[in-house]
Amino acid sequence: MSAVKTKSSFGVAQLILFLSIAILVVVVAFPVMLILFNAFWVEDHFNFQGAIEILKQPATYEALRNSLIIATMSTVGSTIVGTFFAWLVTRTDLPHKTFMKSMFLVPFMLPSFIGAMAWKMLLSPNAGFINRFFMDNFGFTGPVFNIYSYLGISLVEVMYLFPFVFIQVCGALERMDPTLEESARISGAGLFTITRKITIPLVLPSILSGALLIMLYSMAHFGTVAVLGIENGIYNIPVLIYERIHQSAGSFESIRLGTVLATVLVVSAAFIIWLQRKILGSGHYQIIGGKSFRPMELKLRGLRIPMMIFCFACIGFTIVLPTVVIFLVGSLKTYGLSFSPENLSLDNFKFILFEFDVTRDAIFNSVSLGFTAAIITMFAGVMISYVIVKMNVRGKGILEFLGMLPFSVPGSVIALGVILAWSGQFGINIYNTVWIILVAYIARYMAFSLKANSAALEQVHDSLVEASRACGATMWQSLRDIVLPLVRPGMLAAFFLIFLPALRELTVSIMLYAPTTRTIGVAIYTLNEDGETVLSAALAAIALIIIVVGQTIINKVTKKAGV
Amino acid sequence: MDIIRVEGVTKGYPDHPVLSDLTLSIKKGECFTLLGPSGCGKTVLLRLIAGFESPESGKIFIDDTPVADLDAGIEVPPENRGIGVVFQDYAVWPHMTVFENIAYPLKIAQRPKDEIQSRVMEMVDIVGMHGLDKRLPSELSGGQQQRVALARALVGKPSLMLLDEPLSNLDANLREEMRFEIKELQQKLGVTVLYVTHDQEIGLAISDRVAIMDEKGVIQQIGTPWEIFERPVNPFVFNFMGIANFIDVRRDGPNFFVGTGTQPIPWAEKPVGDATAWVAGFRPSDVTISREGHGLRGVVRRANFLGAMMDYLVEIDGTQLRTALETHRAISENLILQAGDTCNIDFLALHWFEAEKLKGVKME
Repeated sequence: MSAVKTKSSFGVAQLILFLSIAILVVVVAFPVMLILFNAFWVEDHFNFQGAIEILKQPATYEALRNSLIIATMSTVGSTIVGTFFAWLVTRTDLPHKTFMKSMFLVPFMLPSFIGAMAWKMLLSPNAGFINRFFMDNFGFTGPVFNIYSYLGISLVEVMYLFPFVFIQVCGALERMDPTLEESARISGAGLFTITRKITIPLVLPSILSGALLIMLYSMAHFGTVAVLGIENGIYNIPVLIYERIHQSAGSFESIRLGTVLATVLVVSAAFIIWLQRKILGSGHYQIIGGKSFRPMELKLRGLRIPMMIFCFACIGFTIVLPTVVIFLVGSLKTYGLSFSPENLSLDNFKFILFEFDVTRDAIFNSVSLGFTAAIITMFAGVMISYVIVKMNVRGKGILEFLGMLPFSVPGSVIALGVILAWSGQFGINIYNTVWIILVAYIARYMAFSLKANSAALEQVHDSLVEASRACGATMWQSLRDIVLPLVRPGMLAAFFLIFLPALRELTVSIMLYAPTTRTIGVAIYTLNEDGETVLSAALAAIALIIIVVGQTIINKVTKKAGV
Repeated sequence: MDIIRVEGVTKGYPDHPVLSDLTLSIKKGECFTLLGPSGCGKTVLLRLIAGFESPESGKIFIDDTPVADLDAGIEVPPENRGIGVVFQDYAVWPHMTVFENIAYPLKIAQRPKDEIQSRVMEMVDIVGMHGLDKRLPSELSGGQQQRVALARALVGKPSLMLLDEPLSNLDANLREEMRFEIKELQQKLGVTVLYVTHDQEIGLAISDRVAIMDEKGVIQQIGTPWEIFERPVNPFVFNFMGIANFIDVRRDGPNFFVGTGTQPIPWAEKPVGDATAWVAGFRPSDVTISREGHGLRGVVRRANFLGAMMDYLVEIDGTQLRTALETHRAISENLILQAGDTCNIDFLALHWFEAEKLKGVKME
């Protein structure tokens, strides 16, 4: 029995529903429709064959294959790493577990393309610091490891994506009722059998769901492949779309190629989302309740210290080393000099913050775009979630369907979609302005807002609103006095969930930027492409500082608000 | 005079009907309990009256004013019905203090500040929350939160208050205490109460009248608690008001024999009707047991010591019944029996039901 009565305020409910649908249609559905339309509709008739032809071209076929290879390798790697670490920190007597757990979540907030840049500096075949070190000191004739390879790209992606699996599996292992395992133990099963027959089947849905998220993310991921793959001719779908459209300045051919590739992304994303829902919906999950229990811990004994050292090494390798490199390179006078004190200074930081137009604009653009997008998306998200979670109006089904869209449309698809929609064909031309980036950000981050807000709204039990109605409050008064104050923490969470990622956004902005509308991500990427490595690293370092400070503020704020 | 009139109301969800053609009226000033098993639609009826749901057909009147009438296009929103509602989960707003929670209906009604202050403080005292008005709900116990919910429902001086299982989340002692407080408040403030619950004890303890609803949402009997308990109109009501025994009785000419045997039932009043298969219903507390004496001869099949009570399962000619006997009496009268002992069974009260009509009635 959900449903705040709405029939009495027929007009209002209908209006909110209409507004919600309109927002999602304009921002997400319309651009996606245009992509599908352009992919299959050529010169006034349906042309499926043409789309197939495009996919058969060597370059497109290669991009498809690469996307699949890299996504598969990253997914398998991240799943193994994430599950293993999750098990270590929840089910063993590993020392410093709490610290490790929070450290393993840090890669979540680090932009992976900045990580990729760092690894390029460390492991590029000829100039990478590590490779050079071994060649100069140990007589290696070639590089120790070539980061410009499938394996290199996948490993870097694993470093930044494994938290998706880690956090899901940690949650499942922590919430799992230990009596399920204890009863197996009483029945005479050994720890190995219990793990194989009880624990793993119970957390399998979480593992799979995390793995699918990574697959979804990696297929459509631009940054890492763009930074590490181009030298060796390795490119995936988003990189190919970007390159073609960028080189040809938006010619018909390139747009059409882009739409066909984007269609592939949309279809695979939809499939992955469908699969994930099916896995999570398949009963298995319900054995895991919401309560926290104290699970039994495996004694690592002799492996305790080696495992701890291994974990610290991983943390050092994935978080500390790349960050240090970024900061050091960002302080160098010229790239190629050694890291000795006389070569290091803060001049680069001063230059990009106060003198260099490109970076100053970029910081201003990113902050204002992120802030505006976060505000708009937060309010739109709370309204749409309210209709989906709380209201009982006819036509809600359409909204529920539209509400799924933002979750399954990758960034590069959104970018292409807004180009098609808002470059003048439909009376509005905002191409080459910040507005097109803003529209794309709203579409890209709507999913975050919907998630945070509907979670908050589900906490607001219907009887709280019914109680205020019974006290004489109208629907609007109830919304103002009861619902809004109670979902405010969720809205705040949504704001930060959007603002911070938007600050470092690359995939969407790289497709939409004009000379004066670079964002921080675009500036870092293009400076790096242009060989301005030290400036690019310095800007990346500043971005990292902003992100860490921002994240700390969020944690403080959300803890205070009791989220 | 009736404060609520429900006429021919039907309500259902696409997959299952909940209420069909239900009619009910509640008198001004009474404490009326709607009693039924969980999932029977009693909460739906309360929500229909409160205005949180609308009926598919039928009419609802409050104070002789129609508040829901689909045909006439009338649908008064809950905020205009002037009803106080208390929910099972209290529904106390977690972001407001006790004072703010109770003051809300007055604030919405735009009463002057000093009036709000004095009336809220008066309510705080009435529900026994003196000194706790600045607390947040998270700092209150379940019972205290429920008192806040009661105060909030009553502060606007509604003539009608609806309570939906308001005590089921409280522990047993508190539940007992609160049900008398609710009754006392109801009498003190002269408000009409519609109380919805599945707990017969509360229903009997506080109500002026009780309606018994079955699983299908049909009202089986309406009456005073005494009538419901002593003169249940059918086996459902009888069974619902406490654990009941039902033993098979067959008619052979003018004689009524128990089970498959030849012992006549020791009860003077015989059923009226032509049927041959009958059922005698009685509560365990209406059975007397003795070692040698008047009544049916039977064998103890199972003896349970329940502390204050002894519980025997007795078999008589192929049919079984349960007895309840105070332990101290069992000891003083030498009635501590073992499985296999023979005994005699007699009755203090007994109700007749036709076996045919009993089919389909869910029994415990």
